[in-house]
Amino acid sequence: MMDINKHNTHILHRFEYHAPVTVTEAVKLLKELGSEATILAGGTDLIVKMKDGSERPRHIVNIKQIPGLRGVNETPEGLWIGALTKISELENSRVIKEKLPVLYEAVRVIGSVQVRNLASVGGNICNASPAADSAIAFLALDAVAHITGPDGDRKVPFGEFFTGPGRTVIKEGELLTGISVPRDVYGWKGYWVRVARASMDIATISLAATAKMDGGVVKEIRLAWGTVAPTPMRTDNVEDYLRGKKLEQNIIEKAASLAASSIKPRDSGRSTGPYKRKVAKGFIHEALTRFAEA
Amino acid sequence: MKITINVNGKQQRFDVEPNTLLLNLIRDEMSLTGTKYGCGIGECGACTVLLDGDAVLACMMLAVDADGHRVDTVEGLSDGNKLHPIQQAYLDEGAVQCGFCTPGFIMSTKALLDKNPNPNEAEIREYLNGNICRCTGYVNIVKAVQCAAVKMKE
Ligand SMILES: Cc1cc2nc3c(=O)[nH]c(=O)nc-3n(C[C@H](O)[C@H](O)[C@H](O)COP(=O)(O)OP(=O)(O)OC[C@H]3O[C@@H](n4cnc5c(N)ncnc54)[C@H](O)[C@@H]3O)c2cc1C
Ligand code: FES
Ligand code: FES
Repeated sequence: MMDINKHNTHILHRFEYHAPVTVTEAVKLLKELGSEATILAGGTDLIVKMKDGSERPRHIVNIKQIPGLRGVNETPEGLWIGALTKISELENSRVIKEKLPVLYEAVRVIGSVQVRNLASVGGNICNASPAADSAIAFLALDAVAHITGPDGDRKVPFGEFFTGPGRTVIKEGELLTGISVPRDVYGWKGYWVRVARASMDIATISLAATAKMDGGVVKEIRLAWGTVAPTPMRTDNVEDYLRGKKLEQNIIEKAASLAASSIKPRDSGRSTGPYKRKVAKGFIHEALTRFAEA
Repeated sequence: MKITINVNGKQQRFDVEPNTLLLNLIRDEMSLTGTKYGCGIGECGACTVLLDGDAVLACMMLAVDADGHRVDTVEGLSDGNKLHPIQQAYLDEGAVQCGFCTPGFIMSTKALLDKNPNPNEAEIREYLNGNICRCTGYVNIVKAVQCAAVKMKE
């Protein structure tokens, strides 16, 4: 939380302003300006950082005028979500609510109504906070990030997208154009939970869990965590352990313990490792108990 | 930069710097001081205005991003001296004390009731989650929203 008394939050520093209207134009600008340029989408992360002085870009490249980067569309492969799509549009999408419950649950609690009306999904991801709520859900859903840059387009699975707190694989000159979610994960059960000190505060620890069940047996499962490591992370070993198993009490207990020892929290001012491990155990317990029902 | 914004139903032209925040344009250039500057970092909702009907935070937006759009502020609600039913309900229910948060609450309430004319208490509280009041304790604010919902249907 910034110390607002030390800063003037009423004004922004002067910057050179650019508003490209095509992806090609944006890429060209970003490449030319290099490290002096910062992309502006909804601004709910960037403007706060500019106000508290932690970011002071010389050039702002506002990408909101670029058409075609906004919307939730079904494709033969699954769902395509443009990077500029507002969080509120994800919340109101019928297909997300019906087919991807874990994503729906994650986005509907981001910030407030006003924040969700401004914030873009691309910004939530590219800001690369280990707590970013939509990012945790996308990681669980085997989503893929679509990036365009001077060398053309590339696709990066979410598991490889984050490289550290505030850092992603996106290089100078590149931008995120969208996110795709494979059809394979449609209709899986979803469970999403986070603990924060207060509502609207960033998560202290969160879990996005989604599973394909057959009776009480786990066919497939994905477990993605927020704020238990420098980046959003999956616990593959717990997923492997659970695959093919019937969710009986002893299996659930074992999976919960395994998860608690697999996450990688660090002691920080916000909360402590041992606390997070205990909470993680509880989260897995709750998620699997729900998946076992009906 | 030259921009055009429909402010409370009237097209208006402005010449702004790229670093001008929408909130400063509204308060300083338009002289519409109903919209308040609270925290300045997105957390209190005092600066809530409607952008094409959606509640947003004017302290977090560049003025240039409102170019070509419609912005509604609390000043646009009343019909001359006749208060809008939402404004009247906030007064009637004692949902205003110091009043600093009130314009933001009223604009969020407008957005809510335009989308959902019959919200229950849980829906009201969830929708107004981004507006903070240090004085009233929210009970009367919820009542005011319920009362406004009834009046607006009449
Ligand atoms: C009061 C408040 C509450 C909040 N609560 C939550 C919460 O509960 N959960 C949560 O996860 N977040 C929360 N946030 C953080 C923020 O709202 C989200 O992360 C939001 O989705 C960011 O999107 P944006 O479009 O506003 O990003 P911006 O601020 O515009 O950009 C964020 C970063 O991403 C980069 N960027 C943006 N788009 C692209 C792109 N297409 N390609 C490459 N880089 C890009 C920008 O350069 C910048 O570094 C909150 C913020 C506020 C102010
Ligand atoms: S002043 Fe904008 S949210 Fe507080
Ligand atoms: S009436 Fe004073 S802050 Fe709400």
